[in-house]
Amino acid sequence: MNSWVNIKTIAKRELVAYFMSPLAYVFIVIFLLLCGTFTFFFGYFYERGVAELGQSFFFWHPWFYLFLVPAVGMRLWAEERRVGTLELLMTMPITPWQAILGKFLASWLFLAIALALTFPLWITVNYLGNPDNGVIFAAYLGSWLMAGAYLAISCITSAMTRAQVVSFIVALVVCALLLLVGTGGALEFFKNLFGAGMAEAIGSFSFLTHFVGFSKGVIDSRDVLFFLSLIGFSLFTTSVILREHRH
Amino acid sequence: MIKVENLVKVFGTKHAVDGISFAVERGEVLGFLGPNGAGKSTTMRMITGFITPTEGKVTVGGFDIVEQPIAAKRLMGYLPENAPAYTDMTVQGFLGFAAEIRGLHGEAKRKAVARAVDLCFLENVLHQSVETLSKGYRHRTCFAQSIIHDPDVLILDEPTDGLDPNQKHEIRMLIRKMGEKKAIIFSTHILEEVDAVCSRAVIIDRGRIVANGTPEQLRQKSEWAGAVTLRVVGQSESAIKDKLTQLRSTKRVALHANGTQIKATAFPRTAGDGDFTREVIEATRGWQIEELHTEEGRLDEVFRSITMPDTVKDQTK
Repeated sequence: MNSWVNIKTIAKRELVAYFMSPLAYVFIVIFLLLCGTFTFFFGYFYERGVAELGQSFFFWHPWFYLFLVPAVGMRLWAEERRVGTLELLMTMPITPWQAILGKFLASWLFLAIALALTFPLWITVNYLGNPDNGVIFAAYLGSWLMAGAYLAISCITSAMTRAQVVSFIVALVVCALLLLVGTGGALEFFKNLFGAGMAEAIGSFSFLTHFVGFSKGVIDSRDVLFFLSLIGFSLFTTSVILREHRH
Repeated sequence: MIKVENLVKVFGTKHAVDGISFAVERGEVLGFLGPNGAGKSTTMRMITGFITPTEGKVTVGGFDIVEQPIAAKRLMGYLPENAPAYTDMTVQGFLGFAAEIRGLHGEAKRKAVARAVDLCFLENVLHQSVETLSKGYRHRTCFAQSIIHDPDVLILDEPTDGLDPNQKHEIRMLIRKMGEKKAIIFSTHILEEVDAVCSRAVIIDRGRIVANGTPEQLRQKSEWAGAVTLRVVGQSESAIKDKLTQLRSTKRVALHANGTQIKATAFPRTAGDGDFTREVIEATRGWQIEELHTEEGRLDEVFRSITMPDTVKDQTK
């Protein structure tokens, strides 16, 4: 009960801080521009002639997030360490977990806001045809879960350094690896190298393989579990790193 | 309220803090003195629970900072070194956050923020972003956050750093006033602050406590304590020097000639010797003395002789 109040307080502060800096607006504008451009020009939204968003819109999300989410997450802990506010935060009557969860939830909520602002696309597709809104909802949910996984990894890299740039680059590399091992080319490569079973095992660590289902409208509990456990594991790692700084 | 027992912190192979013990009761203001890198900040960080001690124990209001960190932290307000504050918030937003995290909401929060703003003179910058504040204001904003919940225990790491003389004075008065009801530890480089604020002072060097006492007691350790300075007219330098040096209790004599006047300081063999002044007065009876006074002892000299004994010895030679 009390811990939720603390988590909420931390999250509120973090979210307000996002909107105090230009970062939030820059991020949202770039994200929306990318969504619009890619959906209509590279996703052949009109040319397809099908009322759906999976191939034209959600298809690009893993690639947008690769660059955008590490930028959202990079300041979470690096900035606290650089400015010294980490010392304030850790001497307040809250547990490190409440701080970690509060900050993570604030950023995740911020990503949810950015994602929700793509609603004109949803309106457009409903205006033009009769899409399956259940599928679209599932894809939005999957996209948000995936964004959370990217974000949790950015939390780890942000806790490791005082420099936001370092956090950004390391998070980008790690996320790129987790993304690329799921692409067709990489899977083919692993198949030739280690055999089909191993290739599938490696591929199952990818964001891509777990997101595909969502974008087709399938909410598979294993995919949900994958993203949630990746988030849980990353936040745990963050807590270990933060604890190490204090020893 | 605060009890520190045999506290040790090792970074790699370096003993940053090496077996420090002391206690601070309610109504006390403990000054923490020491050269840079002596272990002051590290000790304070362990007391406030930011870093974990390698060895030893800290209890605040009876709560162990490692075993019951939340309960202990509730009782404390902390102003870290360099006074960090969230730069992407307004002063009001920042203090509101500090109040909420201390469990103050609604009317209680509003009152707490208003009180802290009033005590730290922040009215003018209330709606300004912390990022755009001058150093003095930023410092006071962080100080305001530490007293927002009117804590029983205050840990202040260089609270007057970066303030102008008027602000320094205000903050010192504030600390002294709050010290009547709270247990306060504050670190400083400014020795006059110790006199102005502290009921007791501890000098730390290389991770150890090298002196612990009231400012009076510390001053008594100075070779200046009990020394007698006199301004004499009509006597030769050598006559003055010989006379004073011959006294039974004199350790050494220092002379400064200035025209026809000669200023001499005689240091007693035992620092703070109360009878030395009378001895000097009796010995110099009949001389024309323009001025004579007993020195109180100098904290800066005590500080230097304790924390860098070799250098002071060289200077004396």
